[in-house]
Amino acid sequence: MEAVLLRARGVADSRAITTYLAAGGYEGWRKALSMTPDAVTQAVTDSELRGRGGAGFPTGRKWSFVPKDHPGPRYLICNADESEPGTFKDREIIEHDPHQVVEGVAIASYAIKATTAYIYIRGEFVRWANILEEAITEARARGFLGRNVLGSGVDLDIWVHRGAGAYICGEETALIESLEGKRGFPRLKPPFPAVVGVFGKPTVVNNVETLACVPHIMNRGAAWFASIGRPRNTGPKLFSVSGHVNRPGVYELPLGVTFREIIYEHCGGIRGGRKLKAFFPGGTSAPIMTGDEVDVQADFDACAQAGTMLGSGGIIVLDETADMLDVADNVAHFYAHESCGQCTPCREGSDWCMDILDRMLAGHARPGDPDTLLRICRFSSDGMTICPLGDAYALPISSIVNKFRPEFEARIAATTPLAQKKLPVLPWAGPRPGFGV
Amino acid sequence: MSTRPVVAARPEEITTVTFDSTMEERIADVLRRYPTKRAALLPVLWLCQERYGWISPGVMQAVAERLGESPAFVEGAVSFYTMYYTEPPARYVLQVCTTLSCAMCGGRELVEHLKGRLGIGFGEKTPDGSFQLVGVQCLGACGGAPVVQINDDYYENLDAGRLDKVLDELKGRS
Ligand SMILES: Cc1cc2nc3c(=O)[nH]c(=O)nc-3n(C[C@H](O)[C@H](O)[C@H](O)COP(=O)(O)O)c2cc1C
Ligand code: SF4
Ligand code: FES
Repeated sequence: MEAVLLRARGVADSRAITTYLAAGGYEGWRKALSMTPDAVTQAVTDSELRGRGGAGFPTGRKWSFVPKDHPGPRYLICNADESEPGTFKDREIIEHDPHQVVEGVAIASYAIKATTAYIYIRGEFVRWANILEEAITEARARGFLGRNVLGSGVDLDIWVHRGAGAYICGEETALIESLEGKRGFPRLKPPFPAVVGVFGKPTVVNNVETLACVPHIMNRGAAWFASIGRPRNTGPKLFSVSGHVNRPGVYELPLGVTFREIIYEHCGGIRGGRKLKAFFPGGTSAPIMTGDEVDVQADFDACAQAGTMLGSGGIIVLDETADMLDVADNVAHFYAHESCGQCTPCREGSDWCMDILDRMLAGHARPGDPDTLLRICRFSSDGMTICPLGDAYALPISSIVNKFRPEFEARIAATTPLAQKKLPVLPWAGPRPGFGV
Repeated sequence: MSTRPVVAARPEEITTVTFDSTMEERIADVLRRYPTKRAALLPVLWLCQERYGWISPGVMQAVAERLGESPAFVEGAVSFYTMYYTEPPARYVLQVCTTLSCAMCGGRELVEHLKGRLGIGFGEKTPDGSFQLVGVQCLGACGGAPVVQINDDYYENLDAGRLDKVLDELKGRS
């Protein structure tokens, strides 16, 4: 496939606005300004672009939810929090082509009639926040942003806002709370941000990659975009691949390629010629897939049909040496650390899973453990919590227990009855295996 | 890379904080970006951390007064986020990713090596105040596993040898 979002990768001085303009940059913005906001939204709807941040929600539809008759200001937020384990694609776009993001933010703001937009970027990304600031300064100097953009009468300011270390602030309502200067506690929905968002105003939150697609849709047309991939799963997609592959990295491919093609052709197969045991198709929040499921297509609908999700497109590959209890334990540690603590099933459940898995790994596995894990996870999925982080820890852990149960049983069988009984405190207060964090 | 060292003010130096004119200018520049004062909290805390090296109770008090919030509100936010230092950090803070891709691709060995070389565990500083070891969650750079962030900079595709070279270089400068 021709490179679209990553076309600047490898180009000399790719971040400079002159390079971007020479490649047709900001033509999409000019074109959008010559259209009505509704026509811009319609073009994005026609392209069938779906959100790249995790949920795959149709972007044009999301924009159309902003109340038309709302008198006050509205806001566009670009989500550059990029914290889902296994995901590092937004950083790649910003590193090579920050103006693509700025232009996408501008067009989306115009479509929802916002005159202020914020790019919320994770606090650790200092370098990439600076790159964005520079791009915005360049764009403003050339009249693409600021007052009366290109003589159109449209005003637009874009501000970069740095987070400060909290995975949950990637969730859109937590992000909004954080942008307002508060702790990042997700809000109960409804109302949805499109109606009551940041500062109480209608707000659209879109991922970096989603917005980076928008200038191309403006330039080359919705039909061109929709011709890439397959119906309802259109466009180019960035896949971040990490773990036990020969060539980890960010790959741009049409939606609908198989995971086999990504892993074996583009990433050069498994390190050391070993066997593929399992992979996370879309960050660790997605249910795990076994090596046998590698022929599933990497798109929203095919993944949903296979009982998992494309999520952010962060593929984590695990070879046959991976200990699945260890994998589940690492995942549990992440979510136990990142749960914001508002909901009991998420706050306590993620801790319990971590405790049980730590104890099993420390040689005290008990016969009831797999079922206890499944029960805890059940209480934290399907809308039992304020935000989807409850599901985000429950689904991967329960899928690992279900798909790799023999490994759990083997661990139990290997534990002597005495060790099973000798539990100082339930579930576990002994030393932590792994990293101990 | 030329990772910038943290130069943290000592506790006694910032029991009470008054913002000078440069800080006031920067804060004003931040405030005009948002419709509420409160929204400037995170950016103002970043400015303070850059200036004083960490967020002391005195800094929190001054930020609260400047933004019209209670000190408790400011402390509530500061304690929620992991990146604001609530005590003076070492000159170089080694933030080692402990999440899955890094753990599977050499991160554990790297942590063992670091603990051995520096003689400290997670959350600790070397006695000379040069290095501090912190275990962090996914840094969003998993393709370059294992990843360590040192102050503001990312170091990727590390192994014990490469990391040793980086540390030797930083050590030579501190
Ligand atoms: C726990 C959690 C973490 C999330 N983290 C991110 C993130 O880091 N980046 C992102 O773009 N979206 C993230 N999302 C999804 C956002 O809530 C939101 O759906 C997305 O930014 C919408 O953009 P899109 O429609 O362009 O996909 C996260 C969601 C949840 C529940
Ligand atoms: S599900 Fe977890 S992260 Fe989400 S609001 Fe509830 S406690 Fe917080
Ligand atoms: S797992 Fe280490 S950077 Fe993502």
